[in-house]
Amino acid sequence: MTGGDNVVVTLEISAKETVAEGVVALTLAHPAGARLPDWTPGSHIEVVLPGGTMRHYSLCGNRWDAYTYRIAVLREPKGRGGSAFVHDTLRPGDRIGVGGPRNHFPLAPSERYLFIAGGVGITPLLSMVQQAELLGAEWQLLYGGRTRASMAFHEELTAAHGERVHIAPQDEVGLLDLASWLGTPPPDTKVYCCGPAPLLAAVEAACAHWPPYTLRTERFTAAEQRAPVRDLPFDVELRRTGRTVTVTPDVSVLDAVRGAGANVLSSCEQGTCGTCLTPVLDGRPDHRDSILAEYERAANTCMFPCVSRSCDDRLVLDL
Amino acid sequence: MPETAVLPVCDADVFSPDVLRAPEELHHVLRSAGPVVYLSRYDVHALARYQEVHAALVDWQHFESGAGVGLANFRHEKPWRPPSLLLESDPPRHDAPRRVLREILAPPALRQLREAWQQAAEELVEHVLADATEFDAFTELARAFPLTVFPDAVGLGPDGRENLLPYGNMAFNSFGPVNDLVKADAHRVAELSAWVRAQCAREALAEGGFGARVWAAADRGDLTPAQAPLVVRSLLTAGVDTTVHGLAACLYAFATHPEQWQRLRERPELARVAFDEAVRWQSPVQTFFRTATTDVTIAGTVVLQGTKILMFLGAANRDPERWDDPDRFDLTRDPSGHVGFGMGIHQCVGQHVARLEAEALLTALARRVEHIELTANPRRHLNNTLRSWASLPVRVHPGR
Repeated sequence: MTGGDNVVVTLEISAKETVAEGVVALTLAHPAGARLPDWTPGSHIEVVLPGGTMRHYSLCGNRWDAYTYRIAVLREPKGRGGSAFVHDTLRPGDRIGVGGPRNHFPLAPSERYLFIAGGVGITPLLSMVQQAELLGAEWQLLYGGRTRASMAFHEELTAAHGERVHIAPQDEVGLLDLASWLGTPPPDTKVYCCGPAPLLAAVEAACAHWPPYTLRTERFTAAEQRAPVRDLPFDVELRRTGRTVTVTPDVSVLDAVRGAGANVLSSCEQGTCGTCLTPVLDGRPDHRDSILAEYERAANTCMFPCVSRSCDDRLVLDL
Repeated sequence: MPETAVLPVCDADVFSPDVLRAPEELHHVLRSAGPVVYLSRYDVHALARYQEVHAALVDWQHFESGAGVGLANFRHEKPWRPPSLLLESDPPRHDAPRRVLREILAPPALRQLREAWQQAAEELVEHVLADATEFDAFTELARAFPLTVFPDAVGLGPDGRENLLPYGNMAFNSFGPVNDLVKADAHRVAELSAWVRAQCAREALAEGGFGARVWAAADRGDLTPAQAPLVVRSLLTAGVDTTVHGLAACLYAFATHPEQWQRLRERPELARVAFDEAVRWQSPVQTFFRTATTDVTIAGTVVLQGTKILMFLGAANRDPERWDDPDRFDLTRDPSGHVGFGMGIHQCVGQHVARLEAEALLTALARRVEHIELTANPRRHLNNTLRSWASLPVRVHPGR
């Protein structure tokens, strides 16, 4: 569940290009020409914005090139300003802080893959497609977007892979026909999906009758959460710091443990990025992240204190 | 035109008994000769300086493992067993097995073992000290402790565990040339391989252990059912001998550096640093090969595509260009960056397990033993890849 480091390095923007309507691709390199940390398909990096907030973008370049990272960023008019900064302010030669890479969306081995992308959600799937080719797997890509012009990389994908790629702009063919694609699960197939929350929800619903673990999704926005297991305060013991702090319903565990002197690196504070991963020594966390799989939740060995809480009166953390 | 470096040639048998017994002199010769040295006897290129070894280890794009990390080139030669999905594979095939094993062996997943291993270490030390104050620290401690805790953690059955060390010894010998060390084991290859293969099956592995968790990953589709037994096999091949000889390196270091033992006794939290410093100082895994994926230039020398490249981890870990006074075992040193566990995507995935074992044993010993010294010359066990031990006779002065 973890991957890469929490280290933030400064990288230089070596190229910036428009790859679709409202989508720019950035190429990043180390200012001294050093190797960048290795990554696997599905990995994302964190880009540090002015003011110290971070945004997460999937790596969509070539992992055999150890010297550059490539990301593609959609301008989100209703966003919090991160994408506008990337679009309007960043220029080649500028330097930005980058954290990661980390991978919560790894490609598991399979004989067949169905990749489903919505809009800029194509980015993590680009390198998965390349990997599926190298592994000799059967695969198809279903790629939807508002308009053909808004869909990055569709020409390259079609040119390289022909009929394996199904381009479905909404203004031409309507919404993705998930019922026909996902109606009958073929054997030994995994479904990888990345895109906006409504697409993820629709694919989850359409895969409900598939065997467990076959659908794998990447979330950049937090999944909808049920109410917390408890609304009473609980104690968090910081075993290494030697302190115990009471967490009331109105503060996060992250803020509470920081207040008690523990040093925890965090980034998204929405339970999507994984930066604040903390080992749990005792007690049962009330997991409220969008990262851990069910089997990881059940193990009770780690949690993300930015959003997760406690089921019990007492939680012991290795902090 | 850039000047072409003259390639130094070395005709020594780098796998000869003398070199395996005491490799320091050869390491010095190779580091001094140049950044790349041609080993004429084996027709391979060698790297012995830290900078080049480190660079080759992290550059999986140009230095592949899938053609075998031993002298045999899997492009032309049939491996003696199905290649390891971890050690002897490259991205993208390497990704899923590596990820699964990394999660199973990550520090958070090991925490539940800590208390039990500490107790096991204390019991072992008590038991050894109750019998005698003079004993063989290799057999009684360095070999005994991992064999007490690790097979249980994997979930192995009770029978046949005595095969683990011979199997590992055979596997690590196989990375070298087919010399007397390899020939000595030839008659056991089939038998030991069959035993190990049987232990990797789902039904052979106890619930909750590392092995069962590998199979659970296959149930989730994170591995294929065909991959799971090979991933378990990696635990059994790479998880025993390496730790045994790493612990022996620690005990040897402390028996020969009494002031460092006192430092550890005063600050037992240095146990993990001590283990890494011992791994740097002795490099239990001495060498691994890579194969050039394209024509690559290393420090001005063009190494042709398909060439085997021998990396001397032990020499890199004592390169004076990288380490101050490198031959000294020193707990005040920061051994970070040593290549004793490798580096990059193939870096030892079980290193946290080894550190936890070392921490348990060293902490238990430091609590009970005021002084540890050699009573006779230690004996090496020769292996083509491992810097290993046969005997480490010591006398200890128990406290309390």
